[in-house]
Amino acid sequence: MTLRARPTGNKGRWAILLLVAAIALAGAGIFAVQAVQRFQDDRAAASEATLAPGGPSLPAEPFVLFRNTASGQAYGQAATVSLSDPSGARSVSGVDCDRTYGSRTSVICLRTQRGVVTRFEASVYDRTWQQQAKWPLRGIPSRARMDNTGTAVATTVFVTGHSYAGAGFSTETTITSVKDGGELGSLEGFVLLVNGERITAEDRNIWGVTFVPGQADAFYATAASSGRIWLVKGSVSGRTLTAVYDGAECPSLSPDGSRLAYKKNAAGPLDPHWNIAVLDLADGGETVLQEAASVDDQVEWLDNNTLLYGLPRPGEPGDSDIWQIAVAPGSTPAVFIEHAWSPSVIR
Amino acid sequence: MYISVSDRNGGQGGTALARTSVPFRLAPTIVWLGIVSLFTDVSSESVAAVLPLYLTGYLGLSVIAFGVLDGINQGAGSLVRMAAGWLSDRAGRPKQVALAGYGLSATARLALLFAGGFWALTGTMAADRIGKGIRTAPRDALITVNAQPEHLARHFGVHRMLDTIGAALGPLLASAILLLIPSGYSTVFVVSLAFAVIGVAALALFVPDQRAVRKQPVAEDRKVKPAPGIRWARLHHSALGRLLLTAGVLGLLTVGDGFIYLALQNRNSLELQWFPMLYVGTNAVFLLLAIPLGRLADRWGRTKVFIGGHLALVGCYLLASLPFTGACAVAGCLVLLGIFYASTDGVLTALASQLVTPEHLATGISAAQTVVAVSRMAASAGFGVLWFAVGPTTALVLVGGLLALAVLGSPLLLRGPKNS
Repeated sequence: MTLRARPTGNKGRWAILLLVAAIALAGAGIFAVQAVQRFQDDRAAASEATLAPGGPSLPAEPFVLFRNTASGQAYGQAATVSLSDPSGARSVSGVDCDRTYGSRTSVICLRTQRGVVTRFEASVYDRTWQQQAKWPLRGIPSRARMDNTGTAVATTVFVTGHSYAGAGFSTETTITSVKDGGELGSLEGFVLLVNGERITAEDRNIWGVTFVPGQADAFYATAASSGRIWLVKGSVSGRTLTAVYDGAECPSLSPDGSRLAYKKNAAGPLDPHWNIAVLDLADGGETVLQEAASVDDQVEWLDNNTLLYGLPRPGEPGDSDIWQIAVAPGSTPAVFIEHAWSPSVIR
Repeated sequence: MYISVSDRNGGQGGTALARTSVPFRLAPTIVWLGIVSLFTDVSSESVAAVLPLYLTGYLGLSVIAFGVLDGINQGAGSLVRMAAGWLSDRAGRPKQVALAGYGLSATARLALLFAGGFWALTGTMAADRIGKGIRTAPRDALITVNAQPEHLARHFGVHRMLDTIGAALGPLLASAILLLIPSGYSTVFVVSLAFAVIGVAALALFVPDQRAVRKQPVAEDRKVKPAPGIRWARLHHSALGRLLLTAGVLGLLTVGDGFIYLALQNRNSLELQWFPMLYVGTNAVFLLLAIPLGRLADRWGRTKVFIGGHLALVGCYLLASLPFTGACAVAGCLVLLGIFYASTDGVLTALASQLVTPEHLATGISAAQTVVAVSRMAASAGFGVLWFAVGPTTALVLVGGLLALAVLGSPLLLRGPKNS
């Protein structure tokens, strides 16, 4: 490149290098300082959403628990709104969560801990947001569920870097006791049965657990191996996963236990487009809902006929909205809670 | 020594006495290449450390597909490496080829600032991998050309030490930025770009464009067959072919670090949060020992150190599988793993560079590195199956035993049919 300028000699080259280095580092430094400034201003600013006054504790009446993604104060914290007024003021908890879920008695919260090395952890809180148990996670939080009796939680994380495949990602799904954080089962180690045959391939991945209402032992989840994806029914005590349906990911059981909602890939495996579909467990009928956007979330039931799910806000990374859609062919989606993510309905 | 016949440029054997009399003089070009690698590794590793979180936590993209594509990219990187090595030899311009590779990776950093969607991000990741594939062999060819042949492995050690310092600093820098700004991914990318640009500038300004060879006028004549180079069809007869075979066999028994860390963690119930520190520990040992082990290789024999380094890996497998628990087992394993890298990474390249004619320097180097990369990829895939089939302990003991046998058998593999 500039080497033609050999007559400039070493001095000239040093001058150019130092100039390039100074410009590059000064540019990056200015960008970084501005970013820090912007971040601090954002954190100090009033929240984009209306925050409710009063101390943080779970409401007595039915409510929705979620992650607040409104910029400003309390960004990233677990928050609640009344089920009767979901677009009203939100109560923030002071607890940072990437993913959250709750029952009448407690809340599970998965989070990223910044530090010299980035760590991930799960915490259980009681109704007054006092931490009851805590344990480390092996990767990036993806899904969290708690059974409605508040005895067990299921967490799915993406394990990176040291996955079994060498490069790339794998999932790790664990069911843990709410009481003491003790492990009840690591689902990748459960027996996976498809049409009565045991799948032993090393690339088994399990994700997206949903508990059968009232039973902390029985659950549904997604299992994948060699490019195939199954809806599986699992038993914690039996340590088994039995395939019951094809191609359904991140299942979610309706409160009455009669229907399963899940995401279903309508495109190729590399660039997926996920539709929401609902399976009637009694007659096996499947309804695909008309949401144009791809839904990469584990949906939640608002009631026995309506679903909730998060969608990123276009052009605003780090922010998202919770949408609702009725389980009926041709129903249209509508925003349920703005600037929110990871909904959990506690009745 | 096993390969002494082809080991022309002061390798081992008979020239040992003459060799020690040459004082070590570090070539400035090699220091510059090390600095270029240091800056580039700070750039690439800082991004690699935050990419998974950026994709899932921030952009909300699907990551399983990303893993698949990353695997494909790595495979493509190996192929590009071969092609770039060949091109570098063919054009006789290793610096320009290396510059293209570093430049492409730096451009990928710039693109990362604007890439939002899945395919755009995949494209930038692919460009980065391809850039890495392009630059490696010509850069190592430049190191070979500039190093004193007697101190070749030590020079590679200097380069690998600087390179590893960059690889260790990158993630720390990224963590520091995210500690200040939790969603400061764009800041990480801008800082990464700055380091990449400085690396490219240092290469462009301070590394001379040396032709690897002064071609004989005769060789220019098309009718005259070129002097002995790499005859791929007769590879199994050549010293390089035997080295590739040996490295491939050893590589097939080299399972990913991840498995070792996982086994250590299972055995010692190491707290999960310290998992990333295992990488830092291994890197620290690697960078501390890169020069001493390179020196040892120059004095004692590069083949011996290369093969012997695999014994450290056997030791690490055993430590990770035997029922010793506690910090000592973990630390011992990290030290052994660091020794393994320090005694094999640069040393293999030094070995390969001595087994080809100067016209085929970059091609020979890229062949050796590709064999190792591909065989290790296969090893990790196969070991995953074994891990689940027989359990971590048995799997590690089994592979460790096989690797010990392979180490013992390597001298036979390396020995040519005629010169024993």
